[in-house]
Amino acid sequence: MTKSLKKTGLIFFPAFDWAISSTHPEREERLLYTQDQVFEEGLLDFDNIIEYKPGMCTYEDINRIHICVPDAKGVTTESHLISAGGAITAAEKVLEGEVDNAFALVRPPGHHAMTVVHGNRGFCNINIEAVMIEHIRNKYGHKKIAIIDTDCHHGDGTQDIYWHDPDTLYISIHQDGRTLYPGSGFPDEFGGPNAVGATVNIPLPPKTSEEGFLYVLDHLILPILDDFKPDLVINSAGQDNHYTDPITDMRFTAHGYATLNDRLSPDIAVLEGGYSVETALPYINVGIILAMAGIDYSFVREPDYNPDAIRQSSDITQYIEKVADVIHNLWKNRRAEKAKVDRSNEFVTRHKSVYYDTDGISEDQEETVRICDDCGGLLTIDSRANFMDRIFAVIIPRRSCPTCRKKGEEIFDTTDKKAYRNVYFQDREKDIFLVK
Amino acid sequence: MILGIDVGGTHTDAVLIDNYEVKKTAKVLTNQENLIESFHQAAQEILKAEDLGKLDRIVLSTTMSTNAIVQGKVDKVGMILASGPGLSQAMLKINEYTHFISGYVNHRGIKIADINPEEITSISESLRDNAIRHVGIVGKFSTRNPDLETRISDMINGDFDHISFGHRMSGNLNFPRRIATTYLNAAIWNTYNNFAGEVLKFVDTIQVDAPIYILKADGGTSEISQSAKYPVGTILSGPAASIMGILSLSQCGEDAIALDIGGTTTDIAIFADGVPLLEPFGVTIEGHKTLTRGLRSRSIGIGGDSKVHWENGELHIGPERIGPAAAFGGPHPTPTDAMIILGLTDIGDSQMAEAAVGRLAEKIGTSIEDTSKMIFDKACRLIADAVQDMIEEINNKPVYTIHEIIEDKKITPKALFVVGGPARPMASHLGNLLGCPTHIPEHAEVANAIGAALARTTTEITLLADTEKKTLTIVEEGIQQEITSKFSRHDGIAILQDKLRERALKMGANEADLETEIIEDQEFNMVRGYYTTGKNIRLKAQIKPGLISGFRKDVSL
Repeated sequence: MTKSLKKTGLIFFPAFDWAISSTHPEREERLLYTQDQVFEEGLLDFDNIIEYKPGMCTYEDINRIHICVPDAKGVTTESHLISAGGAITAAEKVLEGEVDNAFALVRPPGHHAMTVVHGNRGFCNINIEAVMIEHIRNKYGHKKIAIIDTDCHHGDGTQDIYWHDPDTLYISIHQDGRTLYPGSGFPDEFGGPNAVGATVNIPLPPKTSEEGFLYVLDHLILPILDDFKPDLVINSAGQDNHYTDPITDMRFTAHGYATLNDRLSPDIAVLEGGYSVETALPYINVGIILAMAGIDYSFVREPDYNPDAIRQSSDITQYIEKVADVIHNLWKNRRAEKAKVDRSNEFVTRHKSVYYDTDGISEDQEETVRICDDCGGLLTIDSRANFMDRIFAVIIPRRSCPTCRKKGEEIFDTTDKKAYRNVYFQDREKDIFLVK
Repeated sequence: MILGIDVGGTHTDAVLIDNYEVKKTAKVLTNQENLIESFHQAAQEILKAEDLGKLDRIVLSTTMSTNAIVQGKVDKVGMILASGPGLSQAMLKINEYTHFISGYVNHRGIKIADINPEEITSISESLRDNAIRHVGIVGKFSTRNPDLETRISDMINGDFDHISFGHRMSGNLNFPRRIATTYLNAAIWNTYNNFAGEVLKFVDTIQVDAPIYILKADGGTSEISQSAKYPVGTILSGPAASIMGILSLSQCGEDAIALDIGGTTTDIAIFADGVPLLEPFGVTIEGHKTLTRGLRSRSIGIGGDSKVHWENGELHIGPERIGPAAAFGGPHPTPTDAMIILGLTDIGDSQMAEAAVGRLAEKIGTSIEDTSKMIFDKACRLIADAVQDMIEEINNKPVYTIHEIIEDKKITPKALFVVGGPARPMASHLGNLLGCPTHIPEHAEVANAIGAALARTTTEITLLADTEKKTLTIVEEGIQQEITSKFSRHDGIAILQDKLRERALKMGANEADLETEIIEDQEFNMVRGYYTTGKNIRLKAQIKPGLISGFRKDVSL
């Protein structure tokens, strides 16, 4: 197999001194054997694989996309700043042209962290891809970005953050929400009223194997990307679809992950979940690094790899083909879907109940967006955690229209602080963050 | 009394150190065809009229192993690789006699596939058919479990002269480097063992009873017969001798820069708190990246005799050296010529220097003096930039804990040591550019021999305890034993320190020099299905490069 080599940046940060708790899946040991395998394969000796030390992201980076309660410092530790900082380092190396692509092999993960952050949910505090993406846009100008989330869990955090953004396409491929945390990610979750089609969910049945994942990649994801024409492709590279993962029920393989990366060819990959620390992660990560660098990965396989034992049934194959077809049609009809949006009211409100499983917090949220044909729409969020900690946020989107901006500024100015713990003003276009 | 001999590329230097002072030095031309003869000559010259009974030790630094590799004077080696999954076999194949077997172990050292005896027998036959006498056996993750390597050896060791094991080369992970290191060890084994035998015979002939040491790439010494077991440890000892020389002459105890400026190249090394830094994985020789511990150095193509020319409106210095400086009859202007014109040194023929630089000045359209200033300044700047790059690279070394990221330890040089021909004229400008006070050590002309003479014995040892698997491995010593599930990190450190001392003493260390240091200390809870099932303990200890006792800091030569 001959391929063209690519210069690949690797930001490896296993955080060997950090855990959620000593027996938690998100613990010190998680990337230990991955480090062993990466070092033993001598990957860092390849001229086209360059390792970089992660930077630390700043609170300003976080405040550009999150509304943290009470503030960014209060919901993060150094580990989160380094993890998001590592993703930012990866992005900068790509955008500065030092490398062709980059892989942030960092922990802790981030894709369950939503716009508002009261604490940790699904092992995530801040959304490291979103913090990275807004850093990119702030530093390098406007970019159309596609995120392909290959974690086994639906990335409800990333979906929430980009729900109203027509310039960020979020595609998630995950185990069906009826069978796994967080229980969301169905095809009818297709983006907010101003961004119909900018969210694409592809739930797959339990026991889907390599064949099913690659079918969806080739017949659905790649055609959608061809239509969307992003400036940057980001892989939210969760690794828990593996057949040995202890907390999921899929049958993907190291070779499959490598093939997926090879075909998807992301500019930046960022590690998300994946908790089969000994029998899956070492092989998946070596496979992804080799695939990104354009090096032969055909010898990468798990010691107990047996394709016959993990092959998906023909029922599953047929079901996946059908699901892919339905979603593809939905995508093709996205403009017609958008035309169906009810324009009788200027503002549309959705109510959300968000549970922070790790920290045991219940959030009650009212999110209101202005229906707008000229931008992503002014957004306000009224959120209350455990029925007491109430905040209000006004968010001006990037490339905002004058009306949304003017209305947003008015709302912030006239909102009475007394009813809330904090009132936030997040201007994503002008990079302003105010709290009163 | 200590005798240090450095068999270098051009000269062989000898130095006799007595009562903390350089008593005598000697210099003979090196005979590249017969290094042992150069050693004889230098030794006989310097030991003339000395009381040989007073010799405490002899230390030799030689390009023997390096030359054998560079000149391709190596034996054919058969390689048997247990590669398992990962990189393709095509990328691991090191020569035409490389064979792959199906057995392998995983990252925890758990045997996934056993040896197939028929495979081994047929490989052995094929190697013998090719008249191969030296074999390397290397397994992926053999540092985690050397069992496959030793069992293969048991099956075939009668068939060959010598077998080199991958797991004995280093406790560090890196399979391609382990392959290269083992290959080189096997390839020079015969040559080096003959050489070591000759040295011992010579010393015997002149009736010296002192132990003989050889300098290794990491700036440490090993008793010569011990070094003969792992000759690959002695590659690239030349730069190590120079760095240890600067260390012994400077008595450096802080962060510092060491420069050895020669005719063609400048070698840069960095000290952290007075200890020379090691290469993170191992040294590189002739394109082979190895696991051989070695001092970290960078060589750039700028020296006193580098060719200077003007092209596309820009001054170029090096990397090629076409001949000596114009002041010594060379064909091109060089930094040395510029320094002669600027009155920084008074060697050579200044008129010839002026003529050469004059031709260049005409092309540029400026005066001879300004051109000389430009050349001198640029040469110094190129060196200073390379030093700063190297320090930046060291300071940006990836780390894997939050603690280390927050701590963010950085090298900040407090001193610059310069040796080599152009040291005197260049030192002060280099010091200005690098923002450090400069020092030019005395006796710098025999720095390498002094460095060898005073280097202590160094070594490194790695312990891995897996209490779920209930095994402990100290791979450099070939130790693999059972432990209980209660084995602790504390137990590990105690065993590691014992074994490190034993190993160093076996290599010829003095009790007084056993300054041990734990350089890796990690312990992980192993959790399977929400329950803690064991601990994974990883420790590494070393005796770091440094001078033998009595020669440190307080005492100056």
